[in-house]
Amino acid sequence: MSSGTNQSLSPLQAAWQRLMRNRLNGWALGFLAALVLLCAIGPKLSPYDQSQQNLELKATNPSLAHWLGTDPLGRDMLTRILYGGRVSLEVGLLATAVAAIIGVFYGMVSGLAGGRTDAAMMRIVDILYAFPFINFVILLMAIVGREFWLIFVAIGAVEWLTMARVVRGQVLALKNLEFIIAARASGAGFWHIVWRHLLPNVMGPIIIYASLTVPGVMLLEAALSFLGLGIQPPDASWGVLIQEGANSVESYPWLLLYPGIFFSTTLLALNLLGDGLRDAFDPKSMSQQ
Amino acid sequence: MIRFIVSRIVQGIIVIFAVITITFALSKMVPGGGVRNERFISKEAQKAQDEYYGRDKPWIVQLGLQFKHYATLNLPESEHYKGRGVDEIIASGFPVSATVGGAALLIALVIGVPLGAYAALRPNTLEDRTSTLAATLGICAPSMVLGPLLALLFGLKLRWFNASGWFDASDWVLPAMTLGIIYSAYIARLMRGSLRETLAQEFIRTARAKGASETSVVFLHAMKLASLPVLNFLGPAAAGMLTGSFIVETIFQLPGLGQFFISAAINKDIPLTIALSTFYAALIVSFNLIVDILQAALNPRIRLQA
Repeated sequence: MSSGTNQSLSPLQAAWQRLMRNRLNGWALGFLAALVLLCAIGPKLSPYDQSQQNLELKATNPSLAHWLGTDPLGRDMLTRILYGGRVSLEVGLLATAVAAIIGVFYGMVSGLAGGRTDAAMMRIVDILYAFPFINFVILLMAIVGREFWLIFVAIGAVEWLTMARVVRGQVLALKNLEFIIAARASGAGFWHIVWRHLLPNVMGPIIIYASLTVPGVMLLEAALSFLGLGIQPPDASWGVLIQEGANSVESYPWLLLYPGIFFSTTLLALNLLGDGLRDAFDPKSMSQQ
Repeated sequence: MIRFIVSRIVQGIIVIFAVITITFALSKMVPGGGVRNERFISKEAQKAQDEYYGRDKPWIVQLGLQFKHYATLNLPESEHYKGRGVDEIIASGFPVSATVGGAALLIALVIGVPLGAYAALRPNTLEDRTSTLAATLGICAPSMVLGPLLALLFGLKLRWFNASGWFDASDWVLPAMTLGIIYSAYIARLMRGSLRETLAQEFIRTARAKGASETSVVFLHAMKLASLPVLNFLGPAAAGMLTGSFIVETIFQLPGLGQFFISAAINKDIPLTIALSTFYAALIVSFNLIVDILQAALNPRIRLQA
């Protein structure tokens, strides 16, 4: 790798260098990459199936055959944690994507429309901030059913508000700049301007805010699963595993500790990375929220 | 100022009625619902039920009926807990939730504000790094992990408190700690950031230049402005504590509102579900209103804008 101090850097490269200046960010990124890889291929490499029971074995301490022990039904904990991690990460990413799509679309329309439409749309966001959303998510899960797709749609539908605000602020700042006016003057269509000029310029804040949304979303999924309203056993997510562990914490504390450690470390890495990205990109652009 | 408060109250009332409408609409998606699918029930009894809850009328009239219930505070009975008014149930669960939530909020402020301020006054020292690391770790300890661990340590091993239930006067301690520790971490981070930013501003240099003591600079000048983001956070934090209360009340098996809310949703007890959603909305709205007023009182810029 060249140090690249003499060449001119693209904004993205400069941000990357600033991100990597703090060693903690490198660790966080490395940990997350390793985790994603492990969760993706780990369950396939494991000699056990995550829901395969072994009732004679029951709960055991870590051993050579079961690196993180087994639960009271004799299921291999490491396999279950990696499999559950895949589900939790999937929900985290998909729900964040849903939130980002809604938020970016809403913020773009509001910012571009301007005037009264903008004021009305932002007033709606203000009002929605005061909604007890968690109640609706719980209601939806309890009433309509506990389907996988419903979980991330429900969570995504809750988490888009701040994204909409961030994007709208950026669009307002950008839309009267010269390069947009120049594009319009040279006959570029509405969607061309949105797609080729606006979106690339708001991408930084979108990525930053999305990375800060993922841990919140994963916490919400874990909370729902913990309450029995999210992922349903024998399927596993970290919320499910933590709930099972909490039920038997007196006899087998490690059943809570292992998934808990995985979950907390992941949240820590995501939070560190989110903070790092925020500092590496524009330090001022995110400070208002 | 008065216009500002009135407009916020009007907005809050809109939120509350929107919550009633949405919860009502969601409840219409329930197949069957109420006692209907629970056990065998005679046609007459069911008809009387439907009449009591107004289910024989068109849905728009039903929604109007809901609005009337809440506008006049004349609330119906629960469908699952026969013979108990929904207001009665809220009155029995709220003291539990409020005790735990209030104590958690106090713990969060008492730990978070000094920790963050201390770190901000000694930037880039070992103390700063340690407290910032502690705050970051605190954010990453979810209540469903922290709660059972506290119950295991202080309840089952040391036997200082009951591990679950609501019997002794000290039963609020563990749940409040579970909730409070996490929020103290958020508050510490906010406090540190905003106090550092404030101390770098020019009015602080002016205060120092005119000879104000360091204590007066920090506590009289800087803290007043630096506490605004923390105050601002308390609105969402209150909502977060309600979320947390669902988890914490499940872990420690407390007979609070969160338990009633979940069981009402699962039992498809529509009147109780609507009542609890509305109550939560009213709580959040009032909390945000208090925060807004306090903010306006502390910051002339907000006060004059409104």
